[in-house]
Amino acid sequence: MVENRPFLDFVTHLVLIVGILLVALPIWIMFVASTHDAVRMAHVPLPLLPGGQFWENLRLTFFGNGLKGSETAAVWQLMLNSFIMAMMISIGKISISILSAYAIVYFRFPLRMTFFWMIFITLMLPVEVRIVPTFEVVANLGMLNSYWGLSVPLIASATATFMFRQVFLTIPDELLESARIDGAGPMRFFFDMLLPLSRTNIAALFVIVFIYGWNQYLWPLLVTTDQSMGTIVISIKQMLEAETGSPQWNVIMMTALLAMLPPVAVVIGMQKFFVKGLTETEK
Amino acid sequence: MIKRVHFPASPLPYLLVAPQIVITIVFFLWPAGQAFYQSFHIEDAFGLGSEFVWFENFEVLFTDPLYLATFWRTILFSALVAVVSMGTSLVLAAFADRVIRGATFYRTLLIWPYAIAPVLAGAIWSFMFHPTLGIFPYFLEMAGIDWNHYMSGNQAMALVVLAASWKQIAYNFLFYLAGMQAIPKSVIEAAAIDGAGPVYRFRTIILPLLSPTTFFLLIINAVYAFFDTFGIIHAVTKGGPASSTTTLVYKVFTDGFIGLDLGGSAAQSIVLMVMVIALTVFQFRYIERKVEY
Repeated sequence: MVENRPFLDFVTHLVLIVGILLVALPIWIMFVASTHDAVRMAHVPLPLLPGGQFWENLRLTFFGNGLKGSETAAVWQLMLNSFIMAMMISIGKISISILSAYAIVYFRFPLRMTFFWMIFITLMLPVEVRIVPTFEVVANLGMLNSYWGLSVPLIASATATFMFRQVFLTIPDELLESARIDGAGPMRFFFDMLLPLSRTNIAALFVIVFIYGWNQYLWPLLVTTDQSMGTIVISIKQMLEAETGSPQWNVIMMTALLAMLPPVAVVIGMQKFFVKGLTETEK
Repeated sequence: MIKRVHFPASPLPYLLVAPQIVITIVFFLWPAGQAFYQSFHIEDAFGLGSEFVWFENFEVLFTDPLYLATFWRTILFSALVAVVSMGTSLVLAAFADRVIRGATFYRTLLIWPYAIAPVLAGAIWSFMFHPTLGIFPYFLEMAGIDWNHYMSGNQAMALVVLAASWKQIAYNFLFYLAGMQAIPKSVIEAAAIDGAGPVYRFRTIILPLLSPTTFFLLIINAVYAFFDTFGIIHAVTKGGPASSTTTLVYKVFTDGFIGLDLGGSAAQSIVLMVMVIALTVFQFRYIERKVEY
């Protein structure tokens, strides 16, 4: 702090606390809604303080098929699908990017730059832009309603490849020279030197990609028609649609709470890697 | 670009790049090529054949008042999201930068909305503003405001902007805070010794020094508002009422999957692609030059 200004310090903390409360307010309202029964949630004005139905709602949502009148699968199954999809996207993306970055930085071979530019172009083709034809490709390959169809079209990524390329370029050349003098082949060098050296970057990328994968919406919405293959995030939308008949906001908000928990836990638990990942993949 | 020391040529590098290249071709380049092809064709009514029509799909698109309205609406939406979200984040970051003890605590509590899926953000905000049940319309009614975002286009837009900005605060906050912490303390101290107060210092030193960050965030927020808000809009308004919250990406989805207009939807995809390319080139130029002060 530059100078001593007690009043400004007070204002500082006040503004920050108000900011935090405003940011957290929607989540508080969601939490409160998940602790009341359906009857209470159909009464105006809605409660602002938690009730005693939390565990009951949790049981109903987690094991039951969520909402009456909608055909979503049990929430535990949807969460499992989301988890498998997010993990497949994370592991797939990290593996293919680190391998191709390794090839591009450490080998000289014909078509190297062609491959580099092909990867670069994917930066300009987000899934929203090529949604209809990509859907056709996946449908023709018979990958609808499968984990492969959910994850594989999302795992190619220029940003991840660029990040690993950047990391590899900062590793001193002497390392490779000494490894080669000691008789290490390309794969030995990769697994014993590069992989351990990029450990923190892999963790950082994992946090970002896991959140990205878990929160996918448009793509799973199109690729899964079978309820048992749905993800937790898209089930929220189906529940909202069923809501127009009979409002069961307690169940919807409990599902939303469960859907939000894993990615939020990852951000808070791995905050250091999250910040690193966010700042390094974007630049 | 490439290491001075590297491995000799062998089939190995091809095997290493193969997975990424195969996925890129099958799920990126081929579909993009398809979109490009379809955008110059019109399918006949039975879907049996298609005819090459030059730029007719684009002509139809840019003479369609609905599309042009969607175009300007998307720009307005992005601008509003950027202003609301970046403004809030800038204020919070400016105060958080003053804090010495407890800075990490505040940061933790401000960044977690990043992890919430857009459609969840949409569900929560549409619950809070539910016309008959919601908490906010209840209080707004007391203030004499009648809230119903299923009826009023402006209110629907306001709600979508709020939900989208709320989710993006975390991201902007992190980058602004990092930008402020990178400003040398000696500059600030020198100004303080010369008698500049905190507000004056913020306005004349911190804000100008943050301009690269602001510029970078503007592009990121534009991309976010364009492409990542589909879930919010789908959950809150479904583009309505009377398409008052339909953005370009939302329109590609409705025209392609609900209207089944392949040529028109492909032409829209191409327009979006051009916009992404423009934004990416912009961003890369900025990173090359790093904007000097």
